[in-house]
Amino acid sequence: MNKQEITIDNGVNVEALLGAREALTAAPEAAAFVWRASSTWIGGTQTQSTVEKFFGLGEEQSHRQAFEYTTDHPEIFASEDNGSTPVEFVLVGLSGCLGAGIAAVAQNRGIQLNSVTATLEAPMDIQGILGIDSDVRNGFDSIKVNYEIDADATEEEIAAIVAQSQKRSAVFDIITNPTDVHVDVRKV
Amino acid sequence: MTSSAKKRPASSVDVVVIGAGQCGLAMSHFLRRSSIEHVILERGEIANSWRQERWDSLKLLTPNWLSRLPGYSYEGPRPDDYMAVREVADFVTGYARFTEAPVRTGVEVTSVSINDDTSYRVTTTAGDWVCRAVVLASGAFNLPAIPKLSAAIPSAIRQVLPREYRNATELDEGGVLVVGASATGLQLAEEIHASGRPVTLAVGEHVRMPRTYRGHDIQYWMNQVGLLDECYTRVDDIQRARRVPSPQLVGSDDRRTLDLNRLSSQGVRLAGRLAGVRDGKALFSGSLRNVCALADLKMDRMLKSIDDWIDSNGAADSGSPAERYAPTTTDKPSLLGLDLGSGEIRTVVWATGYRPDYSWLDVPVLDRKGQVRHDGGVVDAPGMYIMGLPFLRRRKSSFIHGVEDDARDLSRHLVAYLDSRAWRTRVAV
Repeated sequence: MNKQEITIDNGVNVEALLGAREALTAAPEAAAFVWRASSTWIGGTQTQSTVEKFFGLGEEQSHRQAFEYTTDHPEIFASEDNGSTPVEFVLVGLSGCLGAGIAAVAQNRGIQLNSVTATLEAPMDIQGILGIDSDVRNGFDSIKVNYEIDADATEEEIAAIVAQSQKRSAVFDIITNPTDVHVDVRKV
Repeated sequence: MTSSAKKRPASSVDVVVIGAGQCGLAMSHFLRRSSIEHVILERGEIANSWRQERWDSLKLLTPNWLSRLPGYSYEGPRPDDYMAVREVADFVTGYARFTEAPVRTGVEVTSVSINDDTSYRVTTTAGDWVCRAVVLASGAFNLPAIPKLSAAIPSAIRQVLPREYRNATELDEGGVLVVGASATGLQLAEEIHASGRPVTLAVGEHVRMPRTYRGHDIQYWMNQVGLLDECYTRVDDIQRARRVPSPQLVGSDDRRTLDLNRLSSQGVRLAGRLAGVRDGKALFSGSLRNVCALADLKMDRMLKSIDDWIDSNGAADSGSPAERYAPTTTDKPSLLGLDLGSGEIRTVVWATGYRPDYSWLDVPVLDRKGQVRHDGGVVDAPGMYIMGLPFLRRRKSSFIHGVEDDARDLSRHLVAYLDSRAWRTRVAV
């Protein structure tokens, strides 16, 4: 087989993404999306969250199905550990976002990915959330992401893909930049 | 086209060129060669921004041998040095004399509007002009592009714009937050820090490059490999290319490379992009490592393209061997917040770039972002042209040496437009 006939396939439809980019440049109002989640407290430190509907391209949209997530805390927190902690979910979001970006960027650059694995680590001093020391923040001190990537590309090309995926990542942006958060409450 | 309210008596001319900087003067040169009647209207004096709106120590980012305009070039004894702004102003003024350009100085354009189907009306502080074509050569750097969050900076802190800044001694003693890491941000950070005012530098996306490489100025190589001549129609994403910030370069006698590592070693504190001001605290993005990685990788790709060019053109004997530079050091925990109320920071310098001022442009050619719609300088309005914007037609478009090719191309288009209009008018009669 001639080398040039090998098609790169990372399972990302880049043509569709580039088409969407062009269409949304012409019609920026369609680019206004709203993401949603709803949740119910189950008991203890356990919460059940559901993700199904979102808004985009000018109308209500729906996932193929409703996705359910359970968050809880580990037993050393005197919890029942029915699910991962919410802070671990943040890491899940970050790795999911960067992973999607890596595949899309690689596809766009004509680079075949063979394997992409990541480990994420986020140190946190829980004196913050326990209110022991007000100088300690509640959140992560930092986040460390380690990627191991097997791809038909040079080390520099792989590094450039990972850098570009951070540059275009929504979750990376949400984590690295401040976001205005409104929490409203109503007695029922 | 509908004509505006009431028409005052106006002077008539084929072409009005707005702005007597390098762009307007170069266009004038070609119009004159085609015997096109025109006038250049200049709000101040020739090369006004160079004279009025630049800091004392600024030198051009390009070496003297690259300082050339159509039919005119640097002929001094130091081709490899960099012109100070005063010299640039004199160079451009000398060019105006050389070309005997029809400049009206001290004439401010207050409006450009549609006069009738075949003409524009240019309203100025010294009367109106009616013309068949207009060249917008008033520059891309008229107004500072300051982020909205500047409104949240505590009032005790002085906010300074690069066009007002002259030198560090004018600043209060104490810490300075320089926002922006393009050529301006890095140059001001270095100068201000050296004056004994500790600088924190907020760094977003940037373009890193060495001043010299393999025995030549980096601009020499960019010119050789064809990067500077790259055409706007051949770039994958021209909108993105036009937004690329100016490279981290400084023109200096010692030809030093000015990069973030150099500033760090001098004691400048690096932070991520200024992302917000909340409760009197500046918040910096946690993306510093990635923007540095992006810039390092991009620099290496450019150096590799230079190495490849040297290899394939047998120019390896030209100087020193291929080299790669240390990655930008970002090993310390990133600075994420800075209390603006503690007195540590006394001044904020907004090195966040400029945008053009089109407040006087009453012709519907602006897109939703307030930019002129144009195709390589041919504006989306018959007989209207624009010059001097980043990557207008070529990567070099916003550099002095890039003006000539753009002016030649656009003047040809303009002359053809005037000819076609004249023909149509005759046929109609």
